[in-house]
Amino acid sequence: MNRGGWAYATPTALFVGVFFVVPILLVGRMSISDWGLFAGDRGVNVPANFTSAIDDRLFWPAVWFTVKYTVVTTVILLGLALGLALLVQESNRWTGFLRTSFLVPGALGLASASLLFYALYSHLPGILGTPGRALWSTVGLVVWRFAGFYMLLLLVGLQGIGGDVYEAARLDGADRRQTFRHITLPLLRPSLALCTILCVTGSMLAFDQFYILTKGGPDNSTITIVQLVYTMAFGGQNDLGRAAALSILVLLVLLAVNIVQFRGLREKA
Amino acid sequence: MTRNTLAGALAVLFLFPLGWAAVASVSPQAGTAQVDGWGLGNYRTLAAYQAGIGQYLLNSTVVALLTVLFTLVTAVLGGYAFAMFRFPGRNVLFLLVLAILMVPYATLLIPLYVLLNQLGLQNSLLGLALVLAMFQLPFATFMMRISFEAIPAEMREAALIDGCGSFRALRHILVPAVRPGLITVGLFAFLAAWNDFITPLVLISDSDKAPLPLAVANMRQQVMGIVDYGATEAGVVVLALPCVLLFLALQRHYVRGFMSGALKG
Repeated sequence: MNRGGWAYATPTALFVGVFFVVPILLVGRMSISDWGLFAGDRGVNVPANFTSAIDDRLFWPAVWFTVKYTVVTTVILLGLALGLALLVQESNRWTGFLRTSFLVPGALGLASASLLFYALYSHLPGILGTPGRALWSTVGLVVWRFAGFYMLLLLVGLQGIGGDVYEAARLDGADRRQTFRHITLPLLRPSLALCTILCVTGSMLAFDQFYILTKGGPDNSTITIVQLVYTMAFGGQNDLGRAAALSILVLLVLLAVNIVQFRGLREKA
Repeated sequence: MTRNTLAGALAVLFLFPLGWAAVASVSPQAGTAQVDGWGLGNYRTLAAYQAGIGQYLLNSTVVALLTVLFTLVTAVLGGYAFAMFRFPGRNVLFLLVLAILMVPYATLLIPLYVLLNQLGLQNSLLGLALVLAMFQLPFATFMMRISFEAIPAEMREAALIDGCGSFRALRHILVPAVRPGLITVGLFAFLAAWNDFITPLVLISDSDKAPLPLAVANMRQQVMGIVDYGATEAGVVVLALPCVLLFLALQRHYVRGFMSGALKG
């Protein structure tokens, strides 16, 4: 069939054109312009947008904090998710209940979950009081919200491993630990890779949880890079040009990180 | 069995915050509207906050339903086009749809703020729903495409040979066949739109037009900087309840969505 394809694809093309392609081109232009939130375009301002974004006193602390948060969250979240997936691997009523329990927090939005923990933590005075505690409290919230989601992705991978492979390992005399290390982990690699990419991307772009739970505090110690973009654009500085420049840098770093991840994970597979 | 004990303890740990929020929202607590005994004082505070919770619930419902509508219509037609037709630019368009996933929300929201102003859609629930639907398109289009591709070729051909035009075939025969995909896409679009925070934070400046998550978050700055945790707890319950119920009712479809997501990798 050839006739009519474009007729059906037109709404998609309109959406993608108006709300994705045009904004991408516009953000590129904004990043090289002196563009105020209310004043609009006031002419070319390059490379000043980029240099002033990087020279912001919160830029390097935000980069460092975002990297730290990403590493901590990814390691803990995927470790726990793998454990949960192994725990509920068999299919019966009890594991069905367990799966639902782990998955329910994922139905809440990240903002709702952050508000919930904001109220919950109010009963534990000082838990958001130091930079270290604020980070770990947020990690706790994020692990609660997302562990079931990654458990489910890993469960799909686990169920793709045929029973005959385990049977062969058993006949060869492999114990449980050897089976896990030499059978489960290697065969689970594609699922683990997908989870890693999703988790790293999501953590690098963290916003809601810190905006709501820690408000970037104490002493701006938990400001992430996307929070900095938001602050530059809408949170007081009202400088869309500078924010656009920073967000272009974020986009480029994200693309680079994902290319490296895809390459690295593919080579090892 | 220690394994079962561990698993049970973990399940309690995961369910605890939800149960706690529900109980705390009606229990007595200093500094809230519910100081003595159990009751709905916190919900009354919530109901009376600024434009009233009814308004914010309405905003959220309108945005979520519009997002579901835009997402479903666009993704069904688009998925049908990608699955059944060969047309020039087909692969480029599909790749562009998937590319939405690669771009951070923040990067898109800055130009979208300016663009919606120029389109006269600033500060409007319609504009918000259009943007949220765009964010849903990669998953929704992918899901509908594989749903249509999974329909046996004989069934499609039979519909066309019987004299159906391609649109009638879509409406009467193919859409019913992809109903599970439709439910999954609709559920995800609803949850995403209901829960989204940063998009309305940037695009909605009029507090009367705020969706519920934004309104509850703003509520914390009320009354001379003293936070009413009780009202926040009530707000969380109102926010979470529809999501949890929808999730429990449609859990099968929720799981299905993740499974097809996993196939991508």
